[in-house]
Amino acid sequence: MLLPSLLLIPFIGSVIAAVMPENARNREAWLAGSVSLAGLIGAGSLYPRISAGEVLRYELPWMPAYGLDFVLRIDGLAWIFAMLVLGIGLLVVLYARYYMSPEDPVPRFFSFLLAFMGSMLGVVLSGNLVQLVVFWELTSITSFLLIGYWHHRADARRGARMAFTVTATGGLCLLAGVIILGHIAGSYDLDAVIAAGDAIRAHELYLPALVLVALGALTKSAQFPFHFWLPHAMAAPTPVSSYLHSATMVKAGVFLLMRLWPALSGTPEWTWIVAGAGVCTLLLGSFAAIFQHDLKGLLAYSTISHLGLITVLLGIGTPLAMVAAIFHTINHATFKASLFMAAGIIDHETGTRDLRVLRGLHRQMPITATLAIVASAAMAGVPLLNGFLSKEMFFAETLQVGSSRNWWMSAAAVAMGIFSVTYSLRFINIFFGTPKVALPKTPHEPPRWMRFPVELLVLACLVVGVLPGLSVGPALHAAVGSVLGPRTPAYDLAVWHGLNVPLLMSFIALIGGALFYLTLRRRFDPDLRDNVPLIYRFSGAQAYENVMIALSQAANFLLRLFGTRRLQPQMLWMMLALLLVPVLVGLSPSAQLAAPLAAPFANLDPLFALLLTVGCVCALAAAWQAKYHRLVALALVGGTGIVTAVVFLWLSAPDLALTQLMVETVTTVLILLGLRWLPPRIAPKELAIDVPRSVWLHRSRDLLVAVAGGGALAALTYAILVRPAPEDSISGFFVLRALAEGGGSNVVNVLLVDFRGFDTMGEITVLAAVALTVYALLRRFRPAHESLAPPSQQTNDVDPAAAQTPAEQAGSGYLMVPGVYLRLLLPFMLLIAAYFFMRGHNLPGGGFVAGLIFAVAIIVQYMLAGTVWVESHLRLRPHRWLGFGLVTAAATGVGAWLFGHPFLTSHTVHLHLPILGELHVPSAFVFDLGVFVVVVGSTMLILTAIAHQSIRGHRQPGKGAEATARGVL
Amino acid sequence: MEAAVAIAIGILFGSGIWLILRPRTFQVITGLLLMSYAVNLFIFVMGRLWIDKAPLTLAPGTPDPADYADPLSQALVLTAIVIGFATTALYLVMMIGARGLSGTDHVDGEESDE
Repeated sequence: MLLPSLLLIPFIGSVIAAVMPENARNREAWLAGSVSLAGLIGAGSLYPRISAGEVLRYELPWMPAYGLDFVLRIDGLAWIFAMLVLGIGLLVVLYARYYMSPEDPVPRFFSFLLAFMGSMLGVVLSGNLVQLVVFWELTSITSFLLIGYWHHRADARRGARMAFTVTATGGLCLLAGVIILGHIAGSYDLDAVIAAGDAIRAHELYLPALVLVALGALTKSAQFPFHFWLPHAMAAPTPVSSYLHSATMVKAGVFLLMRLWPALSGTPEWTWIVAGAGVCTLLLGSFAAIFQHDLKGLLAYSTISHLGLITVLLGIGTPLAMVAAIFHTINHATFKASLFMAAGIIDHETGTRDLRVLRGLHRQMPITATLAIVASAAMAGVPLLNGFLSKEMFFAETLQVGSSRNWWMSAAAVAMGIFSVTYSLRFINIFFGTPKVALPKTPHEPPRWMRFPVELLVLACLVVGVLPGLSVGPALHAAVGSVLGPRTPAYDLAVWHGLNVPLLMSFIALIGGALFYLTLRRRFDPDLRDNVPLIYRFSGAQAYENVMIALSQAANFLLRLFGTRRLQPQMLWMMLALLLVPVLVGLSPSAQLAAPLAAPFANLDPLFALLLTVGCVCALAAAWQAKYHRLVALALVGGTGIVTAVVFLWLSAPDLALTQLMVETVTTVLILLGLRWLPPRIAPKELAIDVPRSVWLHRSRDLLVAVAGGGALAALTYAILVRPAPEDSISGFFVLRALAEGGGSNVVNVLLVDFRGFDTMGEITVLAAVALTVYALLRRFRPAHESLAPPSQQTNDVDPAAAQTPAEQAGSGYLMVPGVYLRLLLPFMLLIAAYFFMRGHNLPGGGFVAGLIFAVAIIVQYMLAGTVWVESHLRLRPHRWLGFGLVTAAATGVGAWLFGHPFLTSHTVHLHLPILGELHVPSAFVFDLGVFVVVVGSTMLILTAIAHQSIRGHRQPGKGAEATARGVL
Repeated sequence: MEAAVAIAIGILFGSGIWLILRPRTFQVITGLLLMSYAVNLFIFVMGRLWIDKAPLTLAPGTPDPADYADPLSQALVLTAIVIGFATTALYLVMMIGARGLSGTDHVDGEESDE
């Protein structure tokens, strides 16, 4: 259980951090600190088992059929990375407490930081490759959010977008690569993929998989040619740069290469791609670092070059190179994180990060200066510091590349060493000399605890540098063993290996770097140059922007070409596309053309024919009248609806007929309520206006489409109807089991509430959501100007009924007679609803129909006596009906869990009641009750929401001001 | 019989297409209603035409599927009818809301230039 909680705690902490108040800097820091500390202790407690070579696993089946399980797995390598993530995380939290200013909204910062910590732990602990990619993308997202933390700054937004685009695109490539690997290995499980190394390297898809995985790793670790995003990511707050963009997230790329090293490495392709990218990166990064003016920019390019160094080591592919790579990863994390923090302190206390301005800081901040100088010495590879050790191992490895005559790799390595000494000197130059320009703030030492993380990290650099074997030796050994297994080489972490070539190379780099720096100062002062000499033309950032602009231009072009904001052309194209369907069906080779019946109208009942004719005439007339005579059209559509219901009844579907009839009623009332808000429309003939020719042209075209569409559907229907029903239909299954297993003889109802109960559950949820949406939309409803005045029927001077309220009309006015008997009818209608509900399982009826009948019974009362009267006598709360109904239905489903059955499993209980006798009550009955309640609730909510618009006092523009003016006078 | 049903479905669907291609929101809502009748009927008759064979297994003994109309297409259409009601309500509210906001009942929220 330790592993999942290790992963879960940061995410829980992230949620808690998000809901804390704006200015709770201390509480946030305590929370984040405790989360990291708890993780650190938890992971640390695993050390005895990890160092013994054990691999701990935690598995949770997720989609076993697809080989996707949630697997957490920790071995030596994952342990080292987890410790880095948690340990540096803890120090960064402490540092950030002092770095963030009181004006910054800290909940967001700590919440994102903890979410990143969790995602990064997810990457290093994943034992399933697909799961790893998910966490990988999560780190991209949290990195995006953290870079863009100060989102009012344009550079932060740009940097965040750039980093996200590059790394997330790489993540997608990685996903594709991982899927190929899983395909080759037959499993996404990390151990299985690693074990299948030989098969992967021999497979024909090896190269695509390698390229895709490398794209993922190289983008994440800011390797050439994707390195450009990292300097732009420096717009993030410095704790973020220190944590994500030097110590952890950018290491995810090299972590992945280490993880998959046993599966992918050892081929020329691997060396060319990985080591090639690494060499370009380390030269480019270290050279560009020399010419930066921004303190963080220098460190960013230095990070790029050190990542390049690790990548080269991984590309070389010897076991000893792997040792050096892991070792350098740890070392780089310690000295670079402390340097970033020192840079943040300098920025914080002086107000600038400009290398051209900062001078002589050792006088005002001596302790910080000493710490930064030691850390940059580690970065430069000065002996007795940790950077020296791993760099020397790197030099030793470059000597092994190729034959003894092939010295280009060693030359590149020395060049990189020289450059890194140069930029380190340029960095520490800010502590010496005298300032030429006044600094924005008078510098002084930072708060005690802000400096503490730097002190701790620099101490680590020293300890590792002096006593490597005792300090990191065992952990490093466990990590190396977990990657290399039996291939683990013999190595020695001592400081002194005697006089040898790597030591010579180190000294060449140190002395050469110092000389190069002095020469540069004399000849081309980096302070005076605006760009990086020689390579400034190859700007990755510019290329990125060009690609982005080209993409958005292409998208705009396509949108202009194929898009329209007008509905009618869209509908037309949709209908034309629909027309293609029957054509394609007819053309498909499996379709035998319809054998036309000898007498297509055989056994046609004349009454049925009349019925259909009425329905069709109503539809055509509605189409004809819908523009200028809405009420007529609505009545005609209703006619078609009723004919449809009767057709259902005729063709053996009593349930459908009932439902259609009730829905028809409710829909008609609904649209009637809406008609009031539409503008009057008078036919042009009555106004003596000529309809232009182009309109006639449009109409003829649409008529053609309509006739073709109708004809096509008719032909398709006919072609299907003359064929026998398929033999292997699943319908028989339901007929056979409805009574036996569903406990009801109405197969349609049993299908809805039992066999397909989950579907119905979704449907009533949709219904409730629609009702709430309607309600919400109408709360902001503003009618058009012309629709505001009461309709002419209500302002008629001649008709005395116009002066009465609806309640008066029904109580004592001309509606008294219907008023009396419709009120009398209400209990009976409710009884009918109950009757249809009760019998639904065995005979036509059920929750849907009963709910609609119930709603209609209430609507009749509304129509009779008006909204005000009904609602003062009958308090229906449709919102609550919705809630109760959904809860009832869901609780029935969940109830099945109590008995160990899947969601919504139905169960029948036989009850013996004193008077009613034996009753069998299926649990589907309770579910149907939920359906009933939701249908009542949503129908009532929709109808009353629209009905209320007529009695709501809509503010009339102008009137309010007028009334106020009068009041003043 | 088959031909008559097919023709009726075609006519309903054709009227619906004509209406949803019109410019006024009310025409479109009636068109959608007519289309939904046509489509519901179409799905329903995919279970073929049965007379006096409602899927109610009231007779004792094991039922024979050949004696009953297809319950599957009926259940699907029942769901479709209720959801159709919900979408009609939603469309109606959009329709009157858009009319109030834009001052026109044109489907694009503005009178077309033609």
